[in-house]
Amino acid sequence: MSRLGALAHNLYSGEVSVDFVGKRRRWYAISAVFLLLALGGLLGRDLNLGIEFKGGSEFTVPTSASVEDGRAAVEAAGVPVGDPIVTQVGTDRLRIQTPALTPDQAAQVTASLSENLGVPAEDIGVTLVGPSWGAEITQRALQGLIVFIVLVVVFLSFYFEWRLAIAAIVALIHDVLITVGIYALTGFEVTPATVIGVLTILGFSLYDTVVVFDKVKENTRGITSGNRATYSDAANLALNQTLVRSINTSVVALLPIAAILVVGVGLLGAGTLKDLALALFIGTAAGTYSSIFIATPVACQLQERRPEYQALAKRVSARRSGADTSGKPVSKRAQSRGGTAVLEAEAAVDTDQDPGDADEGESTSGVAPTGPRQQPKRNQTRSQRKKR
Amino acid sequence: MATPTPQAAHPVRTLAILGLIVLALGVWTFWPGQDATPKLGLDLRGGTQVILTPVSENGATVTDEQLAQAVSIIRQRVDGFGVAESEVTTQGSGQNSSIIVSIPGTTNQAILDSLATTAKLDFRPVLAAQAGVPAAVESPAPTPSSTDGAASPSASPSASPSPTASESPSASPSDNGAALSAGVAAQQTATPSPTPSSSDGLISRDGYPPIQSAANDAALQQAFLDLDCSPDLATQGGPADPALYIATCSTDGGAKYLLDPAAVQGTEIASAQAGLSQQGGGWEVQLTFTSDGAQQFADVTGQLAQNSPPQDQFAITLDGLVVSAPQVNEAIIGGSAVITGQFTADEAKSLANVLKYGSLPVTLEVSSVEQISPTLGQDQLDAGLIAGALGLLLVVVYLVAYYRGLGLVAVASLVLAGAITYFLLVLLGRQLGLALSLAGVAGAIVAIGITADSFVVYFERIRDEIREGRSLRAAGDAGWVRARRTLLAADFVSLLAAVVLYFLSVGSVRGFAFMLGLTTIVDVVVAFLFTRPLVSLLMRTSWFTTGKPWTGLAPDRLGVKPPVPVVATTRRSVSAGSAQKES
Repeated sequence: MSRLGALAHNLYSGEVSVDFVGKRRRWYAISAVFLLLALGGLLGRDLNLGIEFKGGSEFTVPTSASVEDGRAAVEAAGVPVGDPIVTQVGTDRLRIQTPALTPDQAAQVTASLSENLGVPAEDIGVTLVGPSWGAEITQRALQGLIVFIVLVVVFLSFYFEWRLAIAAIVALIHDVLITVGIYALTGFEVTPATVIGVLTILGFSLYDTVVVFDKVKENTRGITSGNRATYSDAANLALNQTLVRSINTSVVALLPIAAILVVGVGLLGAGTLKDLALALFIGTAAGTYSSIFIATPVACQLQERRPEYQALAKRVSARRSGADTSGKPVSKRAQSRGGTAVLEAEAAVDTDQDPGDADEGESTSGVAPTGPRQQPKRNQTRSQRKKR
Repeated sequence: MATPTPQAAHPVRTLAILGLIVLALGVWTFWPGQDATPKLGLDLRGGTQVILTPVSENGATVTDEQLAQAVSIIRQRVDGFGVAESEVTTQGSGQNSSIIVSIPGTTNQAILDSLATTAKLDFRPVLAAQAGVPAAVESPAPTPSSTDGAASPSASPSASPSPTASESPSASPSDNGAALSAGVAAQQTATPSPTPSSSDGLISRDGYPPIQSAANDAALQQAFLDLDCSPDLATQGGPADPALYIATCSTDGGAKYLLDPAAVQGTEIASAQAGLSQQGGGWEVQLTFTSDGAQQFADVTGQLAQNSPPQDQFAITLDGLVVSAPQVNEAIIGGSAVITGQFTADEAKSLANVLKYGSLPVTLEVSSVEQISPTLGQDQLDAGLIAGALGLLLVVVYLVAYYRGLGLVAVASLVLAGAITYFLLVLLGRQLGLALSLAGVAGAIVAIGITADSFVVYFERIRDEIREGRSLRAAGDAGWVRARRTLLAADFVSLLAAVVLYFLSVGSVRGFAFMLGLTTIVDVVVAFLFTRPLVSLLMRTSWFTTGKPWTGLAPDRLGVKPPVPVVATTRRSVSAGSAQKES
C-alpha cells in the first residue's frame, strides 16, 4: 500500500510519468483492434437476442429433470412449439424457449410441463413476448441513447467546452461499441437487462471521464500565457495525477458489479442479475480504459488545433530547443524561470495559512503562472489584493 | 475558481441537521403498525405482469383519452377477480404508450384471458331488470318480465314514466332515470321469445357476469335470478358475444338485467358527447350513429317504445356490464339520439366516453406476459440481497485497506447512504406505491460503487493537497472545494442518465433508472452533509494530525519525502513535477 502511495505521489508530482497523450497512436491502435473485432463480430454474427426482442415464450421450471424430459414435456402439450430450446439453468431449473405462443397455448404448455415433470403449475414461470414488443423497446433504448448523448454534449460543452464534450462522447461510443461487440462475438444473450447495463455504462463511462477532464481543465487554465508546457503536456500530467484515482474509482465500482455477477451466475444461473452485471462489467472496464487512453488524447488532438494552443506549442518547442536538451531538468528550469516560480509558489501556499502574506509575493503578480496547481490560489491572491 | 471560505461552515451543526432528518425518516419508516419493508415488485415476490400496447386500427392515432378509457375497462376486469393489490398503470402517452397490469401472487389464467379481449359496447333491449341482489322469489317465470323486482336503489323520479306498471316494476337503478329520445316508432322485430331451449350455450364464469346463453331459456332465467350483483362480490365484465342472450349486472352492481342479443353494436356509433341540454334539463349525452347504425337503431327503438317497462329500456352494455339502460320514449330515426337523465357533468362525460371509446377503436395487444412464481421471486430476492452484501463487503474491505482512517469515514458514509435509501424506498412504497424490482436491487448494488467513488474522489483530492504541502486541516478544506465541483459534475451526468432512462423506457429499465437517480441524489446529500463535515471534524482531532499510518493520511504513506510538510518541500515537489513536464 505504501508503495502504491509512493507511486501515487510520484505520478502526482510528475517524477513518474506515463506518456498517455504522446503515445496516443499506440492506444488508438489497441482500441482500433478491439473496435474492428467488435464491428466484425457485429457484422459477422448477429447478436444473440433474447425472446424479449424477437418475440417468443419462455418457461422456467424448477425441476431437476433432464433436458430431454423437458423437451418431451413441452412437445406433449400439443401446441406448435417449433423446435423448443431447452437449457439447464443452475442445478435445479430448466429454461424452455419456444416461438411466440398465445396465452391459451402457453397455459396448455404450462399444464403439460406441470403434469409431465411433476411441478405445481403455479411454480412455473412464464414469459410471453409479442414480436413487435422487442422492436419497441429497442427503439426506445435508441431514443434514450440519442437524447442522452445530445444532453450530455450540451452539458459538457457548457461545463468544459465542446471539444472536450466531443472527446467524451467518442470515448463513450467506444465503450458501448466494444461492449456490444463482445456480446456479438461471444454470443451472450442480449436481454432488456443487458440494455439496462449498456445504458448505465453511458453514465459510468462519463463519470470517469468527467473526473479526468476536471483535472485537465484545472491544469490547463491560463496555460497559454506561459511557454513551459503545451496543452498536451498539461493534460498528460493531469492524467498521471488522476491515475490512482481512476484506478480506485474503477475498482470500487467493479467490486459490487463483480459481486452481482458471481452471485447471479452462481445462485440463479441466468437472468436479470447476470445479464446486467456482465454488460456493466465489460462496459465499466472499457470505460476506465477509454477515459484514460482515448478521451484525453482525443481531447488533446482537438485542442491542439486551436490557434492559441498551436502558438503555445511553438513557443514551448522553441524554448526547449534553445535550452540545453540534455538532462538536469530541475536546473534547467531554475535557469529559465529564475526565482519567480518559487516566489509565486510560496505566495500561493502562504495564502492558505495566512492570506495577509500574499502581499510579499506581489512581485509575481504580473508573471505567468507557474503551473496548473497554483491557478486557483493565484486568483485568490489577486482578488485579495484587489480588496486591499 | 473562487474559493471564498474553504473551511467547512459549522460542521457540527450540519451533522446535527442531517442527523435530525435521518432520524425523522427513520421514525416515519419504522412507525409502529406500518410495514417497514420496501414494497417488492412482482419479480421479487411472484406474480404476473402483463404489458399491453394499443394498436390503433386504420392508422388512427391513439389518444390519451382512449388510453384512459382502455385502462378503466381493464381495471374493471382485473378488479372483478378480486386479487388484492392488482395494479393497472400506463406508461408513456399516445403511440408510445403501454398499459401495465400487475397481478401479485400465483397465476390466474382467467385474468390473463380477459385482459386483451376487446371490450364490446352493445345496445341490447332489456328483457327484465331487478335490483342487484337475488330476489327471494322462486318463480323462474318463462316470461321475459321479471316477477317481482325489488325496489330500485336509486330512485328515478322524473324520467321513469310508469313506475307502477302492473306486471313488471321498473328497476332502472343505475341510470338516473335515463331516457332515450328523438325519433318515431317502427315496430318490426320480434320480442324475445321466452321459449326455453337447450342450455348448451350457457357459460358460467365462476358466478360472475355476464352469463351468456344461446336462448332465453329457463336455465338462463334461473341464473339471472341467482345472479348476485352486490358490491362486495366485485362485479367483473367480460367478453359478451353480441349474438347471445345475457344475464348481467350494472357496473355499480346496483341492478341486474336479462338482456336480448345486441340490437346495435358499439362500432356503429359515430360520435358521442356530453353537453348541457338545450331544454335546460341539465347534462345529457348526444349520440350520432353511422348510417347502418341509424337504421338499426331506428328499427329497435321504434319497437321498444311500444313496450311497457322494463322492456322499453335499451341497455348499453360495455364488456357485458350494463353502463346505462335508458328508457326509449319514441322511435329514434335520423341517426342521432340524446340520452337524458339526472346526470352530473362527470357522469355525462363518462357515459359519453364509454359510448365513444367503449368499443375500443384501439385494439390492445399483449406485448409481454411475465409470470414469476413466488419461489423464483424469493430466490431472486435472496440472490440480490447476497450480491448486495458481498458487494458492500468487498468495497468496505478495499476502502479500509487503502484509505485506513478515511476509509472508515467512507464506510460510515456508505452505511448512512444505504439507510437513507432504505427509508426512502419504504416510504415511497408506502406513499406512492413504488415497488422495488430486481433491476432496482441491481441498481442499488451498482450504486454502492458509484457512491463510494465520490468518497474516493474527495480523499484523493485531500491527498493531493497534502502532497502539495498543505496541513491536514487545510488539505481537508481545499480538497473539498475541488472535489465538490468534480463530484457535482459527475453526479449530474449520472442523474441525467437516470432521468433520460426513466422517461424513455419501459418496464424493468425504469425501476433501475429510478434507483440510480435516487441513489445519486442520496450520494450528493451524504457527501455534502455527512462526509464533508465529518472529515472536517476529524482533521481537527489530534489523532489524525499525528499522521499515524492508520489515519490513511500519513505523509510518508503518501510518498511525500520529508514527513512534515513544509513550504520548502512543496517547492521542490512542484518544481520536480514541472520539470518532468518539460522533458
